[in-house]
Amino acid sequence: MNGSDDQVAVVRALSHRYGSVTALDCISADIPAGRLVGLIGPDGVGKSSLLAILAGARKIQEGAVAVLGTDISKAAERALICPRIAYMPQGLGKNLYPDLSVKENVEFFARLFEQSRKEREWRINELLESTGLAPFADRPASKLSGGMRQKLGLCCSLIHDPDLLILDEPTTGVDPLSRRQFWDLIDRIRDRTAKMSVLVATAYMEEAERFDWLMAMNEGKILATGSPSDLKQQTGTDSIEDAFVALLPHRQRAGNEKPIGPPLDGHAEPVIVAKDLTCRFGDFTAVDRVNFTIRRGEIFGFVGSNGSGKTTTMKMLTGLLPPSEGEALIFGEVLRAGDLEARRRVGYMSQSFSLYGELTVRQNLVLHARLFHLSLAFAEARIAELIEKCDLADYLDDLASSLPLGIRQRLSLAVAVVHKPDLLILDEPTSGVDPLARDQFWQLLIDLSRNQGMTIFVSTHFMNEAARCDRLSLMHEGRVLASDTPAGLIKARNAKSLEDAFISFLERETPGTASTVTLDQPQAEPDKTAGRESRRSFFSFRRLFAYTIREGLELMRDRIRLMFALFGTALLMIVFGFGISADVNNLSFAVLDRDQTPESRAYLSELRGSPYFLEKPPLTDYADLDRRLKNGDISASIEIPPNFGLDIKRGRPAYVSAWIDGAMPFRAATIRGYLQGMHQLYLSDPVLNTTQAARPLPANIEVRFKYNQDFDSIYAMVPSTLAMMLALFPAILMALAVVREKELGSITNLYVTPVTRLEFLVGKQLPYVAVALINFIIMFAMAVFIFNVPLKGSFVALLAGTVIYVFTTTGYGMLISTFCTTQIAALFGTAILTILPAQQFSGMMTPVSSLSGSAQLIGLCFPMSYYRPISVGAFTKGLGLADLGSSILMLLVFVPVLTALSMMLLPKQER
Amino acid sequence: MRSLSNIVWLGTKELRSFFSDWVLLGFVIYSFSLAVISQAQSNSQEVFHASIGLLDEDHSELSRRITHAFLMPYFKEPVAIAQADIEHLMDTGKYTFVIDIPPNFQRDVLAGRQPGLQINVDATAMIQAGLGSGYAQQIINTEIAQFVSQVERVPDSPVNLAARIAFNPNVMTAWFSSVMGIISSVTMLAIILAGAALVREREHGTMDHLLVMPLSPFEIAMSKIWANGFVIAVAVGLSLYLVVRLLLQIPIAGSIPLFMFGAILYLFFATAIGLFLGTVARSMPQLGLLYMLVAVPMNVLSGGATPLESMPPWLATVMQASPSTHFVSFAQAILYRGAGLDVVWPQFLAVAGIASLFLVLSLLRFRSTLSSASN
Repeated sequence: MNGSDDQVAVVRALSHRYGSVTALDCISADIPAGRLVGLIGPDGVGKSSLLAILAGARKIQEGAVAVLGTDISKAAERALICPRIAYMPQGLGKNLYPDLSVKENVEFFARLFEQSRKEREWRINELLESTGLAPFADRPASKLSGGMRQKLGLCCSLIHDPDLLILDEPTTGVDPLSRRQFWDLIDRIRDRTAKMSVLVATAYMEEAERFDWLMAMNEGKILATGSPSDLKQQTGTDSIEDAFVALLPHRQRAGNEKPIGPPLDGHAEPVIVAKDLTCRFGDFTAVDRVNFTIRRGEIFGFVGSNGSGKTTTMKMLTGLLPPSEGEALIFGEVLRAGDLEARRRVGYMSQSFSLYGELTVRQNLVLHARLFHLSLAFAEARIAELIEKCDLADYLDDLASSLPLGIRQRLSLAVAVVHKPDLLILDEPTSGVDPLARDQFWQLLIDLSRNQGMTIFVSTHFMNEAARCDRLSLMHEGRVLASDTPAGLIKARNAKSLEDAFISFLERETPGTASTVTLDQPQAEPDKTAGRESRRSFFSFRRLFAYTIREGLELMRDRIRLMFALFGTALLMIVFGFGISADVNNLSFAVLDRDQTPESRAYLSELRGSPYFLEKPPLTDYADLDRRLKNGDISASIEIPPNFGLDIKRGRPAYVSAWIDGAMPFRAATIRGYLQGMHQLYLSDPVLNTTQAARPLPANIEVRFKYNQDFDSIYAMVPSTLAMMLALFPAILMALAVVREKELGSITNLYVTPVTRLEFLVGKQLPYVAVALINFIIMFAMAVFIFNVPLKGSFVALLAGTVIYVFTTTGYGMLISTFCTTQIAALFGTAILTILPAQQFSGMMTPVSSLSGSAQLIGLCFPMSYYRPISVGAFTKGLGLADLGSSILMLLVFVPVLTALSMMLLPKQER
Repeated sequence: MRSLSNIVWLGTKELRSFFSDWVLLGFVIYSFSLAVISQAQSNSQEVFHASIGLLDEDHSELSRRITHAFLMPYFKEPVAIAQADIEHLMDTGKYTFVIDIPPNFQRDVLAGRQPGLQINVDATAMIQAGLGSGYAQQIINTEIAQFVSQVERVPDSPVNLAARIAFNPNVMTAWFSSVMGIISSVTMLAIILAGAALVREREHGTMDHLLVMPLSPFEIAMSKIWANGFVIAVAVGLSLYLVVRLLLQIPIAGSIPLFMFGAILYLFFATAIGLFLGTVARSMPQLGLLYMLVAVPMNVLSGGATPLESMPPWLATVMQASPSTHFVSFAQAILYRGAGLDVVWPQFLAVAGIASLFLVLSLLRFRSTLSSASN
């Protein structure tokens, strides 16, 4: 199947499912080339899935898709066209790296497309200049406003001159001026490179007017396609929003009437008064001297982009944040953290619909009724009333997290008003919800306000919602630009609509912003060092290092992760080095000497002279023995029976009995060994034997502790701990690094850019190998200088082994990361899968040669089993390269095996 | 009264949240079942399957007897090796023990010449080396003594030592490591569950929601403490009865209810630490990293892995400030040695004291972070 030149993409019978949810339901469409194509529809109708499939980020489940005349179901063909497509996923800057600066972000993408330094710098300069980002080149992406982040995303997408630009909701949550500038920028880019096709998804119906060709979607199906005027004509409406509603199946349209609130008595008493309200975070002013008054029964709107300070202001009003300056009065008083009475009069619905997704609808309602201490009868009636009003009866026993967005939003409202508050504060209650559900929601709000006299303070970035408020404030960068009724605002700027009025206020406020966004005619381009053809190389160091550089920069900027990476090993080295020991000494014992003769004292003197034992006050009786053994005061007791001395003198066998605390088996067995050893010594000491001639032992058994004559466990423990730390930390850091990309969404860059899995994995691995080697040097120094464990063998062998070993341990983390989806699972998964084999199967406590069966198999498959002999060998056994060579070679085998396995398990497309 | 009802109701919500978080639930089940079983089977505290290389230069009746005296499961069957290989085999860790029986050993023994017999021990093998060398010495001594006594009559020993080991007569690792596995899981999970409960609430944006309701930070914190503590207490109880007693057939000397009482005291401390770390960490991964640096030392140094008296004295003193040390101490006293309240009350008191101190600190910190930056 091939599309003709007129089509940028051809879709045939495409279906896509997530579990039991159908995102795309047998879709077919021909998308024209060289146009600005818009996908419209509310959240969750399959727009994003379709765009991700077209971009090659998602795997095709069913159906056929050709993009740029190429069948993208085949990996090899997809790789051919991938450098010609640019994809900007949903969620502002989701494929960007927040800790990196503007320039570093663009550089990263340029490297992925293998541009030479000269070409890269020229292109980055040109793009940053033309989008007006040049003055902010060194600012971290996380500190950009929504509008700027969106431009940065665009720069990263345009760095390689794509033929097809796919933008998934690029303007959601951005202020109207930035939105307008963004579309102007797109227009100018298209003027310059006429053959570029642009595919955009949007939830703003107003924006749809400017597209060349539209595709309206609902519930995984295409409702209609055509130019905006076609669609309006087809439905006989005069706006795209109305056209869309008209296109919806009939059952969904029922009850959709334009709500119009009755006028309001403007002289009621004020409920909220904000006086010069200011909030600073460090040197950043989030809210700057905001003033407004909200009267009883009013619906007051707060309009502005994401990050304009709406949420912060609301948090100050609800007492969640103390204002840096100024004051907020609720019912004439400052709301204090401890003021629980005032809280009962306020209902709050925070952004992201703060519900407990793990509770059912009914449980959510009941929980909140309990927490507000509503009487049982009242609560029951109230809940029934809300269920009816908010139309929740069908969902009572569903988990809140499984509800569609529109219903979750109604539940959220029901929860917020369960206690009949006088004041209701709603933070962006309708973002992401389709136009119909938004209408229903506003009907509920108007009912609460007009029929129940509730004062409502609501924030939104939708202009048509703002128009329904009695009065509103326009917010921008922490300041209120204007406050009035919607009609008053329009009149004040002589504008046609509220949106135009807002833009006009914004332009007055920030003169010159419009002019910075210009796109110059392309300057003379330097010769491209690499043509597109040669960019399809199988392996490229430039792409690999793009990931290495980026990962390194990110690690340097994440303080907690960096501290953990550099000093975590040192801390735990101290803990293990000093804390775990196989030495048994300072043993406390007490004596129950019921003989008290020179003979009994002679027997005990052997014990009393031992450096291993400490004598505690003598035991008085058996009860004392029992008690002190139980509470751990003594670990051993020796009882010498009456007539001990007499028996020895008369040549009768005498018996001594010892009780040893068996709580810790190893220690108990060692104590028994010590006691038996001393008993032997006593027997063979001729001086102490009074009646019988000492009988020399038949043979002289000599125990030689090799490598460690004093048998001090630190000489084995410290090199083993070093091996274990180098197994644990690099693996955890590496696993986190890969899974972090999955969780934050930047893994998309692996799916849609030419980077290969090998380059991705090894590129990310290198910084952690470097960190691990730094760890090694720190721990090596600690071993030698703090623990006084000298290196007796070859440093070269140890270093060679270590370098290979940290490649294997980071590789181990890499392997684990391929089947973890959340960072927390990666963290604990790696910890469990490392600590268990490290402690039990790799020779730390039990030599590998003593293991059998599955334990031995696990041991043989775990790299530490080969490194521990290298570490212990080089430190304590004094071995060199010749003796350790075979272990080093074994480690070397792990590197390609782990990398290949990880590559196989890491998908190059999302499912 | 109101406050108590809030704490109870919020706590039930915590329980529901916990049971719907499959990752954490799986982690708890793993820690109290599979992890305990695997530690019980580790044999790390005993001499088990130790490997022996034997250089027999005598080839006599006695040397053969010595060779066959080493029995499973303590020792693997000795393997004959050559003189030239000794160094290499020990360097690579193939054999932990190498026994060298010199030429004419039997003749010299019988002639009373006290010939030397060498046991080379790989001293880097820690536990096996120490215990195993003692065992090996004893085995060889006994074997020689028996051999000699067959040939000539040997008088009985004038003094005999009966060294018996209390509470765990056969020195089984499993008795020790299974219960210690549970103990370390308690610390680990209390911290993770309580911390995760807080971080989850913040990541989902529901923390703001709670704070605007007529609830005090104290109530929010206490609900998390009791609910997560409760989950772990139940898991510990089940693990002791079902896994340790029923499945692993390990006898528990003392009173489980008394131990549970102490464990609950300790849980107040451990969950408070979890809450504290939850206020420091911005995200779940950060919580995980902080956990590793705080909880691992607390566990390793508590006396559950190595007895306190074997640590440097300064470290043992510092660890007295950690309730985990007292927890391990009373757990060993009750569960292994069958001690009663009359014996363990000082430890209970120490745990309760430090726990309440830390609980207060944690609550203060919780309140101040909530009221300042709820971001």
